[in-house]
Amino acid sequence: MSRVALSVAGLRYTYPDGREALRGIDLEVGVGQKVAILGPNGAGKTTLALHLNGIHEALAGTVTVGSLELRPESVGEIRRRVGLVFQDPDDQLFMPTVAADVAFGPANLGLVGEELEARVAEALAAVEALSLADRAPHHLSGGERRRVAIATVLAMRPDLLVLDEPTSGLDPAGRRELIATLQSLEMTQLVVTHDLPFALELCDRALILDGGVVVANGQTQKLLSNPDLLAAHRLEMPFGFVGFG
Amino acid sequence: MGAGHAHALYVHEHSAIHNMAPEVKLVATFLFVIAVAVTPRQAIWAFAVYASLLALITLVSRVKPGFLVVRLAAVVPFVLFALLIPFVAGGETVEVLGLTVSREGLWGAWNVLAKATLGAGASILLAATTEISEMLRGMSILKVPPALTAIAMFMVRYLVLVSGELARMRTAMTARGYDPRWLWQAKPLAASAGALFIRSYERGERVHAAMVARGFTGEMPDLGGRRGSRSDWIRAAGLVAVAVTVASFALVFS
Repeated sequence: MSRVALSVAGLRYTYPDGREALRGIDLEVGVGQKVAILGPNGAGKTTLALHLNGIHEALAGTVTVGSLELRPESVGEIRRRVGLVFQDPDDQLFMPTVAADVAFGPANLGLVGEELEARVAEALAAVEALSLADRAPHHLSGGERRRVAIATVLAMRPDLLVLDEPTSGLDPAGRRELIATLQSLEMTQLVVTHDLPFALELCDRALILDGGVVVANGQTQKLLSNPDLLAAHRLEMPFGFVGFG
Repeated sequence: MGAGHAHALYVHEHSAIHNMAPEVKLVATFLFVIAVAVTPRQAIWAFAVYASLLALITLVSRVKPGFLVVRLAAVVPFVLFALLIPFVAGGETVEVLGLTVSREGLWGAWNVLAKATLGAGASILLAATTEISEMLRGMSILKVPPALTAIAMFMVRYLVLVSGELARMRTAMTARGYDPRWLWQAKPLAASAGALFIRSYERGERVHAAMVARGFTGEMPDLGGRRGSRSDWIRAAGLVAVAVTVASFALVFS
């Protein structure tokens, strides 16, 4: 593998109610790779995503982004490097207008004035949403909301994009536009999803997470053509995918 | 009204009033309302001047007078109350349209009616020409505590979502045969209010996580935007000066 964008070693996490969510996660993602994280409900996928940005504090293990290890003193820089896109865009878009929301991250990094405006325009252009700048988030369609939510983290110029269930609730056209947007972005991407055809189309590599551990790791196409493996982890390809799961 | 604008009170236009910086408009509206409030009720001419000022601003802002009148319906409850005063107040009486009413009460009614209408008119014009996001920005420029502006901002943003959630819960209840008519049937409604609170609280946690993920450290960042220019302040000061002069004259000569 070439340079490493993200490496996670021995990551463990237990929820305050005693439920073990992550039981020793090890994974490595190379720079520029697009990796899908698959797995049934409750496998710990979202919990893992929240660790990559330091939202949850690990019980044990390490998260390293580039060459920087996640520690209390490095969490600010880690949050700039790792752009986390939440499952529900309504959680992500909290400012009165799209432009203000996209500006929120870079403004926290200390950008002001023209530099800030340029950063906002750049991020909105990357998801083809420049025309939405002055709209209120609740007036956007599901697909527009999702693209704008991605722009809010692109504005921080992250090295690694982590998306949690990005296709949930999108109509087919919105899903198609999202795939095109993500394919056009060259940065490293980690995509948590239940949408197996989406994973197949976007990501060369995939991991299957179940019971808080990585149970499979390899080429997406190979994993998805193994029906026994998929069935063992409550996954299956949709009807009509000949030659797959 | 433009599809992208958040609130029903806003009128999408491009006028000198719309383009004025929000903090200038907030200050001007506040001072105008104070001037109206301190004007003695006998100075009817002063209220006429205030009304013409509002009419002038309405004209310049291209807000339709009809819009203003319809929104002014909000003061109707106060007007109804004001109309009662002449009949219940004591003191010297006069005959109006064959009815015996209190002179003091008539003045009281006029006082409430004129001041409520002018104050509401000024606020409606402010809301019609200033988007909520701009209003919040104006408030923070005027050094309103950031916690307050942030609370107002989140309320504006999430009110639509929370009320949508409530509507869906009601639909779900109706779909399963719940059609409350009497007080003792209210229990499911109370329970749904509790559920809504929990859901909103959890959303709050998720929104906070999303803010922290983008580098939020407890203080809302300054997102820039246009500050009030000299000419904004001068024009606003002109309008306010008229109102203040009128109020002073009314106070001195009544």
